[in-house]
Amino acid sequence: MFLNAENMLGGYGETTILNGCSISVEKGEIAVIVGPNGAGKSTAMRAIFGMLNLQAGKVIFDNQDITSLKPQERVGKGMGFVPQTNNVFTSMTVLENMEIGGFINKDRFEENVQEVFKLFPILKEKEKQLVGELSGGQRQQVAVGRALMTNPKLLMLDEPTAGVSPIVVKELFEKIIEISKTGIAILMVEQNAKQALNIADHGFVLVQGENRYTDKGSNLLANKDVRKAFLGG
Amino acid sequence: MSFIQRRIVVFSTFFFAIVLIGLLQSWNVALGIFNLCLISATMALGVNIQLGYAGIFNAGVMGFAALGGLAAVLISYPPVPETISLGGAGILLSAIIIAITTLASIFVSRSYLSKLYKRITIFAFILISLFLINIYGSPAVEKIESFEPAASGFLGGFGLPIIFSWVVGGVFAGLVAFVIGKITLGLRSDYLAIATLGIAEVIIYILKNEDWLTRGVKNVNGLPRPVPYEIRLQESTWFIDFCERYNFPVVESSSILVKLCYCSLFLAVVTILFIMSEIALKSPWGRMMRAIRDNEISARAMGKNVKARHLEIFILGSAIIGLAGAMLTTLEGQFTPTTYQPLRFTFTVWVMVIIGGTGNNYGSIIGGFIVWLLWVEAEPIGLYLVELITSPLNETNPFRIQLLTNAAHMRYIMMGILLLLVLRFSPKGIFPEGK
Amino acid sequence: MDYLNALALITNYILLPGLTYGSQLALGALGVTLIYAVLRFSNFAHGEIMSFGTMVCILFTWLGQSYGINFGFLPTALLFLPIAILFSVIYCILLEKTVFSYYRTKKSDPIVFLIASIGVMFFTAGLIRFIIGPSDQSFNDGVRFLFTVRDFKNFTGLNEGFGLKTTQAISVITTMALCFLLFWFLNKTRTGKSMRAFSDNEDLALLSGIDPNKVVLLTWVIAGGLATFAGVLYGLDKVYKPFIFLQMLLPIFSAAIVGGVGNPLGAFVGGYIIALSELFVTFAYKKVLGYILPEGLGPDSMMQFLSTDYKFAVSFIILVIVLILRPTGIFSGKTL
Repeated sequence: MFLNAENMLGGYGETTILNGCSISVEKGEIAVIVGPNGAGKSTAMRAIFGMLNLQAGKVIFDNQDITSLKPQERVGKGMGFVPQTNNVFTSMTVLENMEIGGFINKDRFEENVQEVFKLFPILKEKEKQLVGELSGGQRQQVAVGRALMTNPKLLMLDEPTAGVSPIVVKELFEKIIEISKTGIAILMVEQNAKQALNIADHGFVLVQGENRYTDKGSNLLANKDVRKAFLGG
Repeated sequence: MSFIQRRIVVFSTFFFAIVLIGLLQSWNVALGIFNLCLISATMALGVNIQLGYAGIFNAGVMGFAALGGLAAVLISYPPVPETISLGGAGILLSAIIIAITTLASIFVSRSYLSKLYKRITIFAFILISLFLINIYGSPAVEKIESFEPAASGFLGGFGLPIIFSWVVGGVFAGLVAFVIGKITLGLRSDYLAIATLGIAEVIIYILKNEDWLTRGVKNVNGLPRPVPYEIRLQESTWFIDFCERYNFPVVESSSILVKLCYCSLFLAVVTILFIMSEIALKSPWGRMMRAIRDNEISARAMGKNVKARHLEIFILGSAIIGLAGAMLTTLEGQFTPTTYQPLRFTFTVWVMVIIGGTGNNYGSIIGGFIVWLLWVEAEPIGLYLVELITSPLNETNPFRIQLLTNAAHMRYIMMGILLLLVLRFSPKGIFPEGK
Repeated sequence: MDYLNALALITNYILLPGLTYGSQLALGALGVTLIYAVLRFSNFAHGEIMSFGTMVCILFTWLGQSYGINFGFLPTALLFLPIAILFSVIYCILLEKTVFSYYRTKKSDPIVFLIASIGVMFFTAGLIRFIIGPSDQSFNDGVRFLFTVRDFKNFTGLNEGFGLKTTQAISVITTMALCFLLFWFLNKTRTGKSMRAFSDNEDLALLSGIDPNKVVLLTWVIAGGLATFAGVLYGLDKVYKPFIFLQMLLPIFSAAIVGGVGNPLGAFVGGYIIALSELFVTFAYKKVLGYILPEGLGPDSMMQFLSTDYKFAVSFIILVIVLILRPTGIFSGKTL
């Protein structure tokens, strides 16, 4: 497996939120974490990214044990992360956001920015505009674009579709498929479970910090119990 | 060590130091220092109510203290009939104009006009009143100030016992705090700090420049005292008899007695304020204040009117500082606007509160005591240190002389280091909150 | 002709001094605003840092003068300005390392930073008074005027005129150059952009590989450098007074807040707004109106809104007005 997070145990302060859950993704695949509120979906992702200290378990990425690395160091190893909120520099232009994202990989800046603009043509049009003035959907594109500028081998998205309109959700998912086709592994946490599982190669259903179901996206969608309990029938 | 033991130890150590000064230097010096310690403690109590109970940063302590000083002048100084007949009417008229403008502005701001119209009207009111004051006020001021400028040149006061000014000083400071609090309390805490820093500077500028009111930089000397004069004591037979009986030197004893009188007055004020502050702290009101301080958002969500509570506490704390300012001017017997420096009057009081323990009234008192003692003793300590460091240098070395003459400024360095050390290593202070 | 006379008066008494003082305030306010934007606290020690840099500059100027060094018609102090900047930058870095970095790593409340800056203010104020003493120091040895009022009158034949002090020209030109450099740096260079990014969104900046320590140190370097410039220019133009710098906190903070705290452009504009308003409000318009108004209508009184003694109050009044009407300032601050 390209990313393998095994038996993660951890939380904030005394309370543990993750109770031994495991998440894994392969290159070029899309993995989705779904589950009810408070199941620890975002926490699991933060733990994989190193924003949370694990009490037990380990994270193997690209055949390396990165459990003890800081988030910044993981970015250097090829992890890209798009937080749910505050994921852009609002007082800077679109192009500047890309530049900041590209700081880690300055040699490939031109190529990377062209790729991002090819993926999100609207950003090319608005490259001189302040991100604070863009719509919610466009901001999400900037956020994803910024993360792509770091040349990630694994892109992690924390609820990328939270608070954007259904049309934009569809568009964004299409883009995510496109990204995964370039060979990047994608891991996301989603509230729109049905739509997300539709595009997912693998799905992880978390409940109380544990894996309840782990299967192919289509199988999970077909699973009656999953449908009943988590996808609203 | 329980916290009661801790209190006993700390306070006894302080009093031991005062006694030591009494024995080594003189009781006069020791009492003089202690009196100012009491005033410092009063100011610290005021600041602690704001900073400790509610987390409000008042960087205008100096201004509120100066207002107390102004109250002392206005209450106690005998009226000057000549200047009143020369310009009293003009000043009164100006005061009425200001009052009318204020009332009219308040009326307009509460009316149903649109925001823009309100602003324009109020601005026009202010311009008109400035113009009218220029016509009626300025000549009056000129007349007053030109009357025997070397000896008088101001309106004087009401000639009442100076002790009343302690209350009036509190009221003055409270009124200004009301206005400034109304404007700034809803904003970020640093804005309040800067705005209060500003109001303090402005108050001092007014006191320095409005000679008709305060004689400005010419100072007001010879304010009447609430306690006997040394000279009177030295002349009165009972005192001479008393000194002879116990074999005390008359002159020194008279001055010690005067200081003791002040001391008992101040002690009474500090005790009353302390008890009231403690009651307030433990009351539901005090609990609510701390709840607001610790989590403003949830307190607001629970329906507490945060701004109104903050305004209350800001007024209350400032009033206590005003009272302390009036006490200080009473003790000094003169009002000198130029002595009000922010480092001495604002930030030193902060140091007192923080070192003593923010939010703890015992802390404010001991902080006031210790910091004032250090402030006074910093000069000899500084001199000693400089002597020590520069001793290898020649007596006539200009660098050495320069450092020796500046040694008194060691007190700022000391305050800074003390504050930084406490903040870093013991941020809760000598007596942590609640202990 | 009369209008030109009035204009000359206003230039001499309001515009030139206002632009000069405004430049000095702008440099001070830029430092305050940068610290606020990156470290997120109001640095009450900024005035004393200005004073510290100026003191070092004066000491070296004296040393230089004792060796007979001078800078022609320009003040000798300008020669030693780089050394002074070096010293105050080192001082700022020492402050960051010994005092502020601890609270930064602990993610303390801004108020704790503010108190720490008060401690630094005390310490620095004491250090300065200890080294150079509390009295005024005049250290401008350059030519006072580039051209005097008399030169101007002779040249133009007007009744009134304005003179241009060397220090006025230096202040305005230096400030313009420095601000141009600063804005170029912030908007065009990689390091400048990472500073802006850090100020905008600290967490995301970290994820983008921006080194927080580097950004913070750089901020201190710039703030310390600008503070020294501001202090030296002010000292050359007026006189160096250790006590004045605490009073200058008020106009400096007002300038930063009026423009929008955390916004460099705001600080720059705010400095001039405060300085010019101070002079506009405290100027006596009697003579000017005498020229502009028809004969006989000239006013008898001084036509002054506020006496000159209250010039510091003006910045306070502007501050209050801004706080009431638009607390975010003209350029809605908060980030770089």
